[in-house]
Amino acid sequence: MSVFNQSRSRIILLIFLVAFVVIIAQLFYLQVISGKYRQMADENAILKKTVYPPRGLVFDRKRKAILNNTLTYDLMVTPAQARGIDTLFFCRLMEIDTAEFRKRIISSIIKNTSQKPSVFEASLSPQKYARIQENLWRFQNGFYVQERPIRSYPFEAGANIFGYLGEVDTNYLKKHAEDGYVSGDYAGMTGIEASYEKALMGQRGVQYLIKDNFSRIQGPYENGSLDVAAVAGSNLYTSLDVELQKLGEKLMSNKVGSIVAIDPRTGGIIAMVSSPTYNPGYLTGSERRKHFSELYTDPRKPLLNRAVNAAYSPGSTFKTLQALVGLHEGVINTRTTFSCSGAFYGCGGAKPMKCLDPGTFYLQTGITHSCNTYFANVMQRVINNPKYPTQDSSLRAWNKYMFGFGLGHRLGVDVPTERRGNIPTPEDFNKIYGEGHWNFCTYRSVSIGQGEVSTTPIQVANEMAYIANKGWYIIPHVVDSIEGGDKFGLLEKYRNRVVPLDIPDSIFEAVHEGMQGVMESGTGRGAQVPGVVVCGKTGTVENYARVNGEMVKQPNHSFFAAFAPRANPRIAIMCVVENSGRYGGTYAAPIVSLMIEKYINDTISAARKPLEERMASTNLIPPLMMKEIIRMDSLKRSKEAERELKNELKNIKDTLQSEDNPTAEEVKVDKKKDNRAPADSQRQKPGKPDMLTPGEPARVPAPKDRTRT
Amino acid sequence: MNQRNPAISKGIDWSLVWIYLLLVAIGLTAIFAATYTEGDPVVQSFLRFKTDYSKQFFFFCIALVLALFILLTDSKFFSATANLGYALGIFFLLLVFPLHSNIKGTESIIKLGSFNFQPAEFCKIFVALALAKYLSRPETDFTKTRSQLIAGAIALFPAALTILQSETGLALVYLSFFIVMYREGLPSLILVVGFSAAALIVATLVFEKFTLAVILTVLALLVIYFTRRQWKRRTSFVVNIVFTWLLCVGIQLYAVPLVFKKVLKLYQVERIYSTVGKEVPDEYVQAHSDEVAKNKDKKKDINYNVRQSKIAIGSGRITGKGLLKATQTRYDFVPEQRTDFIFCTVGEGFGFLGTLVLLGLYLILLFRVVTIAERQRSTFSRCYAYGVASVFFFHIAINIAMTIGLAPVIGIPLPFISYGGTSLLTFTIMLFILIRLDADRHMVLR
Repeated sequence: MSVFNQSRSRIILLIFLVAFVVIIAQLFYLQVISGKYRQMADENAILKKTVYPPRGLVFDRKRKAILNNTLTYDLMVTPAQARGIDTLFFCRLMEIDTAEFRKRIISSIIKNTSQKPSVFEASLSPQKYARIQENLWRFQNGFYVQERPIRSYPFEAGANIFGYLGEVDTNYLKKHAEDGYVSGDYAGMTGIEASYEKALMGQRGVQYLIKDNFSRIQGPYENGSLDVAAVAGSNLYTSLDVELQKLGEKLMSNKVGSIVAIDPRTGGIIAMVSSPTYNPGYLTGSERRKHFSELYTDPRKPLLNRAVNAAYSPGSTFKTLQALVGLHEGVINTRTTFSCSGAFYGCGGAKPMKCLDPGTFYLQTGITHSCNTYFANVMQRVINNPKYPTQDSSLRAWNKYMFGFGLGHRLGVDVPTERRGNIPTPEDFNKIYGEGHWNFCTYRSVSIGQGEVSTTPIQVANEMAYIANKGWYIIPHVVDSIEGGDKFGLLEKYRNRVVPLDIPDSIFEAVHEGMQGVMESGTGRGAQVPGVVVCGKTGTVENYARVNGEMVKQPNHSFFAAFAPRANPRIAIMCVVENSGRYGGTYAAPIVSLMIEKYINDTISAARKPLEERMASTNLIPPLMMKEIIRMDSLKRSKEAERELKNELKNIKDTLQSEDNPTAEEVKVDKKKDNRAPADSQRQKPGKPDMLTPGEPARVPAPKDRTRT
Repeated sequence: MNQRNPAISKGIDWSLVWIYLLLVAIGLTAIFAATYTEGDPVVQSFLRFKTDYSKQFFFFCIALVLALFILLTDSKFFSATANLGYALGIFFLLLVFPLHSNIKGTESIIKLGSFNFQPAEFCKIFVALALAKYLSRPETDFTKTRSQLIAGAIALFPAALTILQSETGLALVYLSFFIVMYREGLPSLILVVGFSAAALIVATLVFEKFTLAVILTVLALLVIYFTRRQWKRRTSFVVNIVFTWLLCVGIQLYAVPLVFKKVLKLYQVERIYSTVGKEVPDEYVQAHSDEVAKNKDKKKDINYNVRQSKIAIGSGRITGKGLLKATQTRYDFVPEQRTDFIFCTVGEGFGFLGTLVLLGLYLILLFRVVTIAERQRSTFSRCYAYGVASVFFFHIAINIAMTIGLAPVIGIPLPFISYGGTSLLTFTIMLFILIRLDADRHMVLR
């Protein structure tokens, strides 16, 4: 039997062999010939993770950290491992109900699958953090606390200077293609966060990690030998004085406008207030998006940095510059007098420009009393100087001075979104009036800082620094130095003095004399700083706004620009309070005097505390904005009421479901009528006033984000 | 033979034992590599039998004890109890129907405490024995069709039961017993027909229905044309050809679509089609519309297993990544990698050289078993040895072929390597019965 069919054993062996050869051939193809599988395996299992270094800190001139990093704690959940915990106890810790718990778990499963951790609650409050941390062992594996670095602002001031971080969008990515951003990254969007982004962001690191089939991290790849360490962002040292900044923001609360203070010796910005402002911490953390849209839609535009991004006619502060031009051009000297009988009639039949104090003035008193006629005459002489053959050439000569003073162009401040302002040129007038159809009288109001001329607060403050220094300035800047050196050349333009024109010191002395007079006997005498010789100049700026297509005159802006002390200037400062009505001396001057006192003396004397409080509590929100705020508030309220009504109707419908339709309809109609009642009662709630009565300014809501003491 | 033989090692084929131990060692290493996670206390978890590799080691110990018992058993015992064993196996298979526990889509497992027990797996032993017993009966004349049918029935009856337990893969293993029957004189024609049928089915998958019908017709006409001299002499020849042609076209046009639509489940059809690298035709998907609707929400990429498995094996390159550096198998990218896809761990960790060594070991094992089969004096031993070789071959070839995308994914384990107590014990018992029978190869068993 055993020899029977024995040849078939060879066939069977052959079958075995063939099968094995086929398998080995395929293995040879997969493992030796085809190279793509190694790469596919790496894509499967290796995660290239960017390591974000901490952003650089920002210090003020006294080396206090004014922009810091802090950790916030997010509670993370891995739904697959969160089963079987004491849900009720957990909910009590987190102050939520079980329905909310279920909702959050389901939404995390939808977002990140049940295998991967998702945020259960972002930015835990300190109390919740403490409670959860204590009991975390009960919910092991399912829940853990993850720290996340965010920006913090220990003084809650300077939002407009720092700017905020935002998620980069496609435009940003395109613009900064070589900087290695990827979508989802955060970068400085405005303020010095944006202008010093390169220094602040540091150098990113790369970490290679092994992940499993659910993309869960399993540990470092190759023990981290391929990783690149991150380099922390550089710290910035600024010239800001955070105490002064805080005082400025306090003084400007419930007002619209700004304060800019510069150290004339260095060009360093000491304070830069833009009001209304917001707590910078408002735009960090989990509610960022919501808060941003709140700020964005606020009619007072708190996100606008008015110090650099608002242009006003400079008003009478402009006269100091006209005095410089007149003296340097030789059309007047310090003893030249002009008389004002109540207005400037130098342009014949044209509408005369009013003067406040009639009388006869020479240069110093002209500045001191802010005589319009005096400076209209000065500029008329400059423009009509026979030295210049045409209107064009004389205006161009005047332009040269103005541009030299830092007006009509961006200064190059390191706080972004700077505006140019405007200095009218012959080209502008040719365009408006046609060539040869204009002369000094066409734009005479420019001479007193009205009309076509406009300047930003930073330009006005800089011009004060220029006058204080007697002929030079350094481009204003916030950041003095960068830790580890200025690797990107960001500070180069702030190293050199700008000496635009060659004007002798004697001319500046004459202007200083007039400006000192302003404080001692002129329009700013109510704003003296005890023990400090201040040179200042008030401005009362007429302005118009377009309401329903018509230009309507608005309350005056209150302007004040100054430097102090006269002998050895340490601060050049300006303040504008928009649409405050009254004069430059009424609001802006006292605010500036308080700022100067605080800066020079490091404190405000007890005698002047009441002034500080009075200024801080005065409410000067422009009427147009107030109207808009009220309109939006009532809109919001009516929407809320509508929503409430809808909810109520739904409840009623649910209970009436079995009944006839008409009944439900009737109820609907009835409800509509009743609707107004709750809205009205809400309107009368204390603390939410609808209308602003001038007598009770404190009741108007401060910008919601601020908490002031 | 009632007197005890003190030297049980007498006549034992040690080469098989060594290969067996080597393969089990490779298997334990592979399971360890696939399931060990960084920082596991190896010794502790080993002693507590908490981890898969320690469980497998535990089973290996049991297997060694069993092997020892088998070696101590009189070889006559196996032929004497073969029929009884077969009945017992069938009994267990039937027992599954009322007692099975529901584990991941199979209905073939009985739970005994913490261990799962799969009768369909170890029933192979009894079939191999029973088939050998039947074929070695003196009164069996295997040239007779009736005997061939009975032998076929012995092999296929448990397969039918296994299919009813949704274990198509394990059922297919029983087809390997045809190799035994072939060796014992099953007409070559059946083998040829079998291969032709397989080729025809593959062609059905690859070609369009009517293209294939045309190809078959042209083939038939060509054969008739070239053999025209022969059919002048024998008319039946033409009839045969026409009949074959009709059968082929019938299978291709009607039988295969019918099976795909009515018999197989959609996931099985998908696996078959994915092996030849094609999408499932719409008509089959529509025929399974109820299944499609049921699985709509968890639409899974059916090629996922095979793709991941190919990536894992392919990424091993020539020398492999090293035992614990295999990212694909260590981090669960390959599903079922401890059991059916354990070959990936070898492929990724040890590369082409590693797989070559493993395949070489297997080939030596198979050749050794066939050699042993041919040196038996007793038909029972020879048939049983061929049964062992066939079952091993089928498991090895199909399992590895499916991990590298050459065969559809059917869940059968890789002998001695895959994790799983039942399969390790089954293969150990099969091998050691063979070793025991071989030790007494000079005896003629009935």
